[in-house]
Amino acid sequence: MTDALQANDRPAFQLKGTTVSLTALELAYFDEDSFEAALREKIRQAPGFFRDIPIIISLDHYEGPTAELDFFKLLGICRRHSIHVVGVRGGDDDQRRLARHAAIAILPSGGRQDRPTSPEAAPEAGAPAETTPEHATESAPATPAAARIVSQPVRSGQQVYAPEGDLIILAPVQAGAEVLAAGNIHVYGPLRGRALAGVHGQESARVFCQSLEAELVSIAGHYKISEDLQERGWKAPVQIQLRDDLLVVTPLDRSPG
Amino acid sequence: MARIIVVTSGKGGVGKTTTSASISTGLAKRGHKTVVIDFDVGLRNLDLIMNCERRVVYDFVNVIQGDASLNQALIRDKRVDTLYILPASQTREKEALTKEGVEKVINELSETFDYIVCDSPAGIEHGALMALYYADEAVVVTNPEVSSVRDSDRILGILQSKSRRAEMGQDPVKEHLLLTRYNPDRVEKGEMLSVADVEEILAIPLLGVIPESQVVLNASNQGTPVILEDQSDAGQAYDDAVARLLGEEREHRFMSSQKKGFFARMFKG
Repeated sequence: MTDALQANDRPAFQLKGTTVSLTALELAYFDEDSFEAALREKIRQAPGFFRDIPIIISLDHYEGPTAELDFFKLLGICRRHSIHVVGVRGGDDDQRRLARHAAIAILPSGGRQDRPTSPEAAPEAGAPAETTPEHATESAPATPAAARIVSQPVRSGQQVYAPEGDLIILAPVQAGAEVLAAGNIHVYGPLRGRALAGVHGQESARVFCQSLEAELVSIAGHYKISEDLQERGWKAPVQIQLRDDLLVVTPLDRSPG
Repeated sequence: MARIIVVTSGKGGVGKTTTSASISTGLAKRGHKTVVIDFDVGLRNLDLIMNCERRVVYDFVNVIQGDASLNQALIRDKRVDTLYILPASQTREKEALTKEGVEKVINELSETFDYIVCDSPAGIEHGALMALYYADEAVVVTNPEVSSVRDSDRILGILQSKSRRAEMGQDPVKEHLLLTRYNPDRVEKGEMLSVADVEEILAIPLLGVIPESQVVLNASNQGTPVILEDQSDAGQAYDDAVARLLGEEREHRFMSSQKKGFFARMFKG
C-alpha cells in the first residue's frame, strides 16, 4: 500500500452497537386469508405509517398449531403490502426452525420488556416508559419515549411521526397533513388534518386539540372521520379518547364524565 | 449579495406571473437593481407580460447549458432601466433546469443585482422546486377560494422542507401572503373567503391584497406590469405590497367594498 493510499484510506465500515425501536406483529394464529384481511384493514387506517416499515413477527402469544405457521406465505403477504419482516422473536424450537428455513433472522424473546399495549397495563399518560439497557439485536424499545415537539405548522402534504412517545404540536395541523404518534397527540392550534394516536396499539393514547376540525382522528386503529366528528366539540377545544372501542370526544372545559 | 424572492402558489392561474412582473418592476422603480427570472420552462409567459417577447434571443436554459453568457440572455426593460428579465426557454423541458445550473446562474446574478425575483411555474414538480430552492423570501400568491388556499399551504410546507435554507438548517424562508383577485362584494355575499379566513388558515403575514380588476387583464394584454398603472386600485395595491416587502409600514387598502355614490350608480350601473 502506498503512503497516499494509506493517508486517504478509511476502513470500509465499523461495527457499532445500536438500538432500534421496531413494531412487533404479535401473531395469535396464522390463516392466510384472515391474516391478509386484517393487515389490509390496518394499512387502510394508516397508509403512511405502514409504507415500507420494518417489523418483527412475535410468536410469544402464538396459539395456533405450529404446522400452520407458513413463513413463506406470511412473508409473501407482507412483501405484497410493502412491509419488511426483519426477524422472528419468541416461539419454540420447531417454530424457530421454520423461521430459519424461510431465511428470517431469529431474535431473542423480549416479551416482558415490551411496552404494554393493553389499557390496563398502560402507564399513565406522561409517565416515562421503563428504561432497560439492551443489546443491539434486541428489538424492544430501550430509551424512555421522549415526546417529539414541533413548533412549525404541519402543512398539507406533510407528515409528522413520533414513533415512540407523544407528539406535541404548537401550531396548526392543516387539512391534508397527517400526524402520527405511538403515544398521545397534543395540538395547540386547530387540528384540521388527520391525527393518529397510539399507532402501535396503545389504546390509552389520547388526542388533544384546541379546535377540532379534523379530517380523521384515530386511536389504536379505531377511527372517526370528519362527518362523524361534527356533532360534538366541533371547532372547540376537546380531547378524544377510546372507551369500549369507541372514540369519545369530550370538550376540554368539562371534566371527562 | 442579492436577496432572492420566489413568487409561488402551487395552483395555476392565480396571478404568479402578474405578481412577479409587478413586484420586480416595483423594486426596480425604487432604484434597486432587479432581475426577474421566468422558471416556467416550456410555458414562457413573463416576456409577454413584460412586453419584451420580441427581444428574446437567448434564454435561461441556454445560459445554464453554457450556450450563451448571462449578458447575452438578459433583457433590459425599456421602461425601468434598473430592471432586467431572464426569459424561460419555450422549447425545452423543465428538467433542463439542474440544481447546479440554477445555482451557477443565481450566484452570478447575485454579484451585480440587489434583488432576484423567481417566477415559479404552477405545481409542485421539478420546475417549481428549482424556483423556490434558493429563495430567501417567498411571496405566496393565493386566491380567496379553498383549493387555492390548500395548494398554498402545500407549497408553504415544501418551502419549509425542501428549500436550500431548510436543507442547510439556516433561518427559514421568510413567507409573505399575497391575496389576489380579491372581490369584497363577493366576500360579503359569502362567495369568496375573506382576508381574515385566509390569514387564519395559512397563518403567515399578509403582504397585500390585490383587488380583482379589469385593469389587471388589460395591462397583461398590453404587456405592461400592472404596478405601472398607478391610477388603478390594483396598481396601487401592488405598490403597497412592494413597499411592505421593503419593510415599510402601510395600511391595507381595497379590502372592503366601496359604496358606490349616487352618480356612479346612475352612470355605471
